[in-house]
Amino acid sequence: MKKLSFIMVAVFFMISASLASASTLEEVQKRDVLQCGVSTGLPGFSNPDEKGNWTGLDVDACRAVAAAVLHDANKVKFIPLTAKERFTALQSGEIDILSRNTTWTLTRDTSLGLNFTHTDYYDGQGFMVSKKLGVKSAKELDGAAICIQAGTTTELNLADYFKQNNMKYQAVVFDTSDQSVKGFEAGRCDVLTSDQSQLYGLRIKLAKPEDAVVLPEIISKEPLGPVVRQGDDGWFNIVKWSMFAMINAEEMGVTSKNVDEMKKSTDPNIRRLLGLEGIKGKGMNLSDDWAYQIIKQVGNYGEMFERNVGLGSPLKIKRGLNALWNKGGIQYAPPIR
Amino acid sequence: MATVEHPQKTAWWNNAHNRALLFQILLAIGVSVFFAFIANNTIHNLEQRGISTGFAFLKQKAGFGILQHLIPYTENDTYGRTFIVGLLNTILVSVLGIICATIIGFIVGVARLSSNWLVSKLAGIYIETFRNLPLLLQIFFWYFAVLQALPSPRNSLHIGEKFFLNIRGVYLPNPIFEQGFGWVEGAFILAVLATIILKRWASKRQEQTGEQFPVLWTATGLILILPTIAYFATGGPISWEYPVLKGFNFQGGITIIPELAALLIALSVYTASLIAEIVRSGILSVSHGQTEAAEALGLRPGKTLRLVIIPQAMRVIIPQMTSQYLNLVKNSSLATAIGYPDLVAVFAGTTLNQTGQAIEVIAMTMAVYLTISLIISYFMNWYNARSQLRER
Ligand SMILES: N[C@@H](CCC(=O)N[C@@H](CS)C(=O)NCC(=O)O)C(=O)O
Repeated sequence: MKKLSFIMVAVFFMISASLASASTLEEVQKRDVLQCGVSTGLPGFSNPDEKGNWTGLDVDACRAVAAAVLHDANKVKFIPLTAKERFTALQSGEIDILSRNTTWTLTRDTSLGLNFTHTDYYDGQGFMVSKKLGVKSAKELDGAAICIQAGTTTELNLADYFKQNNMKYQAVVFDTSDQSVKGFEAGRCDVLTSDQSQLYGLRIKLAKPEDAVVLPEIISKEPLGPVVRQGDDGWFNIVKWSMFAMINAEEMGVTSKNVDEMKKSTDPNIRRLLGLEGIKGKGMNLSDDWAYQIIKQVGNYGEMFERNVGLGSPLKIKRGLNALWNKGGIQYAPPIR
Repeated sequence: MATVEHPQKTAWWNNAHNRALLFQILLAIGVSVFFAFIANNTIHNLEQRGISTGFAFLKQKAGFGILQHLIPYTENDTYGRTFIVGLLNTILVSVLGIICATIIGFIVGVARLSSNWLVSKLAGIYIETFRNLPLLLQIFFWYFAVLQALPSPRNSLHIGEKFFLNIRGVYLPNPIFEQGFGWVEGAFILAVLATIILKRWASKRQEQTGEQFPVLWTATGLILILPTIAYFATGGPISWEYPVLKGFNFQGGITIIPELAALLIALSVYTASLIAEIVRSGILSVSHGQTEAAEALGLRPGKTLRLVIIPQAMRVIIPQMTSQYLNLVKNSSLATAIGYPDLVAVFAGTTLNQTGQAIEVIAMTMAVYLTISLIISYFMNWYNARSQLRER
């Protein structure tokens, strides 16, 4: 399948004479379903439950866009991708949005023909080790065998970190997180490394989660967020502002539960957010209630966070950097006006 | 005398030869223009979409680690070097796989035809099992089954303090050749040369007198004994670097990683099941009269097989073998599923992803597989031509 998609891109770039003219928005509306690239399974971010319904923070980011564009948060087709496949899938138009715990870096933003919209989760790379090793710090990992996933920033950070600290390591590189977890469980590696939030997610997948500990060190900056193709500014705006609407909603105290009541509010900020006055959805070619739909169907940023990765979830991650800017974090959205 | 009228000279484009040439040239121009157009269009489209193009990335620093490298490699090396490292890893597993699969395949194929009921049934079960299970499944099986079965580095299985086996791989002593080892090598080469001469002499003698000479045993003796004598005469010029447990893992010595072992076993066992069938059909294609004739001449069964049946069966076997070898090489790219760092995992995987230059990377990777396949076909065709019946 992977090979096929590479060939598809190649053929696509060879034949297409000029930039495709139909905008992503029009295409999505015509298709009446949003195609969203997610991971192959990462609890908290994008993971299918027993019934095959996708849940997670990255999943909700796509549902928010579907709510804004198609008025229905369920009109999303989720396409699982490995780290290696993800950019090709977006470049070739197989998906409309890539929302797959993807780190925003200079290379990816400038040389892949893609644009990062906004950071929906501020993360950093960490290490997980088995408790019985008795390791307390990443500095003690000299000579360790380390399971990682191919095609990630993780691979590069790891090399940098060990070099800086004059330590050696053996990288055992797998394609999917399932395989790296299996390798770690079987004892092929001493350490599993990835973005720290994902380590908490993967720990749940272990047969005995309590046997593994996540070390305190964070060795990198991993701002994760949705990605779109370069060259369609209208679509870029929609995806970006869908996230901003959720952050603004949290700041204003608008939730999925009280959003209908809030329509009666006299606060001009809330009225603009809910499309009752101001520019509304015009600039994005969306209906006036685009943000209302997002909040009603998916919730505000805080609700999304708590439900998927926060205290209301098995991952139990604290808000930390992802708290709002006025609550000690760095989540900040431009005003809706 | 009436002059013969020269037939009117035909126009040059009506000449069949010229015409064919003209069409060839036109076609060549057409094809070139087509490809130039595609290449140009591709580059243009990629640039317009803000995607980097070109091969400059090969000189950039890679910055990631690779588990197994046959040439020195560190994170500071270039993407170009990751290509070589991946390529060598692919070649390593392919060559070893081809050798093992051929050996197992021949044994099983012959065993399948054995008159011993049990042996032939076991061979049949082997073939049916491994031929009918998806290869990827087999790779996972060998990898995770092997991993689960092995102990942690601290509880390694070991022979003395020299050989260790644990979940991180097999650790062997690394030979370090010292001064004087040249003599041992020299003795080995001498023994090989002597064997070749001996073989020539023995065949000649057999042709002339019919007497046989035990070449195999003499040669084995020569090749074992000469270097051994040289080794002791020069005072044992090899020292060994033994693996030792330091921290998490063993350091020093030679390591065979479990990913290589699992992939090699899976590829060999699977391909051998297909080769066994080819060998069987090859042997069956040799008419039974040949066996009877050999028996009538008083050849023992082993010799009949080796001297009469197999050489004739080879003509049927080799062409089919070629495609199995090609499959094995291509199947080795399933390595990426278990983390063996072959060309596809390293170069078409990580390097592609870090640079984003899918078209260049995939083109290079395809060129490699194409080249390897062509080399194998070429070699097999040469070998096939050589083993054809020389009718006298
Ligand atoms: N944020 C990093 C890492 C992303 C990543 O792929 N992480 C792994 C964690 S082990 C993952 O999500 N795997 C899920 C899957 O295999 O689909 C990046 O963008 O390169």
